[in-house]
Amino acid sequence: MKAVNFLICGVGGQGTVVASDIVAEVGLKAGYHVKKSDVLGLAVRGGSVISHVRWNPEELHAPMVGNGEVDIMLAFEPLEALRRLNFMKDTGIVVVNTQKIPPISVNTGKEEYPSDEDILARLKSRVKHVYPVDALKKALEMGNSKVINIVLIGFLSTLLHVEANYWKEAVRKFVAPKYLEVNLKAFEAGREIGGMK
Amino acid sequence: MKALLTGNEAIARGAFEGGVKVACGYPGTPSSEILETVAREYKETIYAEWSVNEKVAMDVAAGAAYSGVRSMVTTKLVGMNVLSDSLFYLPYTGLEAGLVVVVCDDTGMFSSQNEQDNRWYSILGKVPMLEPSDSQECKDMVVMALQLSEKFDTPFIVRSEMRIAHSKSEVILKERIPEIPLPKKFPRDIEKYNCNAVFARKKRPIIQKRFQELREFAETSDLNKIIWQDTELGIISSGIVYEYAREVFPRASFLKLGMIHPLPERLIRDFSSRIENLLVIEQLDPFLETQIKAMGIKARGKDIFPPYDEILPEKMRECAEKAGLIEPSPKKKVIDLGNLPTRAAVFCPGCPHRATFYALAKLKVPVTGDIGCYNLGSLPPFNAQHTMGSMGSSVGQLHGVYVSGSPERAVATIGDSTFFHAGMPPLVNMVHNRSKGVVIIMDNSTTAMTGHQDHPGMDQTLMGEPTEKIDIHRLVEAMNVKLVRSVNAFDVREVERTLKECLAWDDGPAVMITKGECIFVSRRPKPAYAVDPEKCIACETCLKVGCPAVVKSEEIYSKNKRKKTRIDPVLCNGCGVCSQVCPTGAIFQTKKLEAKE
Repeated sequence: MKAVNFLICGVGGQGTVVASDIVAEVGLKAGYHVKKSDVLGLAVRGGSVISHVRWNPEELHAPMVGNGEVDIMLAFEPLEALRRLNFMKDTGIVVVNTQKIPPISVNTGKEEYPSDEDILARLKSRVKHVYPVDALKKALEMGNSKVINIVLIGFLSTLLHVEANYWKEAVRKFVAPKYLEVNLKAFEAGREIGGMK
Repeated sequence: MKALLTGNEAIARGAFEGGVKVACGYPGTPSSEILETVAREYKETIYAEWSVNEKVAMDVAAGAAYSGVRSMVTTKLVGMNVLSDSLFYLPYTGLEAGLVVVVCDDTGMFSSQNEQDNRWYSILGKVPMLEPSDSQECKDMVVMALQLSEKFDTPFIVRSEMRIAHSKSEVILKERIPEIPLPKKFPRDIEKYNCNAVFARKKRPIIQKRFQELREFAETSDLNKIIWQDTELGIISSGIVYEYAREVFPRASFLKLGMIHPLPERLIRDFSSRIENLLVIEQLDPFLETQIKAMGIKARGKDIFPPYDEILPEKMRECAEKAGLIEPSPKKKVIDLGNLPTRAAVFCPGCPHRATFYALAKLKVPVTGDIGCYNLGSLPPFNAQHTMGSMGSSVGQLHGVYVSGSPERAVATIGDSTFFHAGMPPLVNMVHNRSKGVVIIMDNSTTAMTGHQDHPGMDQTLMGEPTEKIDIHRLVEAMNVKLVRSVNAFDVREVERTLKECLAWDDGPAVMITKGECIFVSRRPKPAYAVDPEKCIACETCLKVGCPAVVKSEEIYSKNKRKKTRIDPVLCNGCGVCSQVCPTGAIFQTKKLEAKE
């Protein structure tokens, strides 16, 4: 077993915390020592949010890591992926949801949102693998825009050698029972994008 | 059984396992999830409530502890200031059953107006304090604090902080203890429970004696532990930074303090005598360092590590390298990201506060503000809440502006929950002291910013029981405020018209209550609005409502060469504020309800 450091980032309200809870839970099930840390602040009000999750074969101390120490980033928004890029190892993987949520400063013309090409180029210049995923499109296909987090979790699950069942169990644990079915479908849809069924 | 719990969930679990019967507090980041977890997971055994404020919560817990049941109070850092008034009589009275106060500090100031180091309260209030460093310890220390509280006849404080509260780590779950104290006949022991100065004076020597005993206890308690490794460097630490220090100094010896007041002096002396260089690592003030140095022990600490903000592992490593304590680590690749657009928090699409701040910005009146989501009105594009200090301050400040003789008629903005918490006394004060000014009570039917908790203006308690709803309008009328207006928070014109009426009012204070449910309360999504590009003249008026759903389109309006606007149907919650400010009627409501929860 190899240690894995995750960073999950996005915009408040996108469901990043549930995603990080799932990643943490899966690590525990897979036999790792696990710690995680969320920075919520005013998160539900559309600010930047960030969670660290650490899987480690041995006992862990800090629940977060610093610059250059993240193996896998799960970014819910392209600008947020870019903002957290220095956390990545050179050998790291960035999974980025392509749904752009321009901050108010961009809408009011005070600041410029970087172009898709610029963001992608900068991500690629820094890490080994970048996987853009259109999770919003998939979520809307399932009829619920809120399940983008689980689409992304589905995709993420294809990058790790952990049984799919652990992931499904964790999804079950952290989504409201009322929305379980659509979330499980979203998980499968994410896996399909990742090339696995 | 092993589970991954946040520090807050672990504290709730500790209350359950430790036999708490009454748990209360006021919501505040980063502490809110403790009572939410209690009410969700342990409601069969624990009574939990959101009290109107922290001081009331403290007295509720005291009353329960006097009655013989174990109780817990939870608060964010600044709530300590509110509850301290009541906490400070408890070491004098003692109690019939265990009482623990859990405070979550906010090192780094992620969601608080200051960065106070609440460890000082233990000295000031003469209350023993424990400090966990992970979720397991959160749980264990709550259980232990309850037991020790009874043993030493004093409340205990457990000090957590954001990085513990909102971090998850592994916890071994146990059963609820079998020997739970039950309510007994209320003690008529006036000399013990009445803090009349004559009685209280007699308690002072008892408190001193208690602390002597507590010091002895601290010397041998396994709350404090030594990890012997290399003796060249020894570190005294506690809380979350202890965890960071273990990673940054993997070979050093550690004295890990779980009980931080009172300190175990002999243990500290013994540890420091057997190591070559002593380092004290703590966030915020030199709380431990000052006391350790006062023992005549040579140590380094705040000359190496900053006295404010977090000392995350990366920062700790950097400081230690600079001080020559560790070898420099290989240089990390950091690329310059340039000036990325900032992403400040913002009123949600469909927020009932938007129209009010649109009106306040338009009328350019001075606004004393308060604590809650509406403080986002201080940010662009509104820039319309000019002060914010502490809970309820807006209304007191408004009166101060008036009595200063300021030439402008000012406005205070305060939320419904904050009004109940600390806004009522200053409004009564305004009436009594013949003030003038406008108080806007922004009633969104919840305590929104902290995650949507109940308050006395709502019809359901934390336990999910139906309850009497207190009508703010009638309450304010009963205070003899002569102009009280309730308005639809989503009606831009009505809000502006009423605000002007209130500003012109000269017979005492005026109160405008804006009524509109928070989108997290109503949960009834309305069809999204859309922009008719034929009618849009790219005047950008709709952008002045500062809604994340109103974005620039790629289409250019030929006359002014500016980008037209469009509405993101996924983000829009259909409140219609943008359509009310559009001068050409270009924004209309669609029929289609976008796929939403």
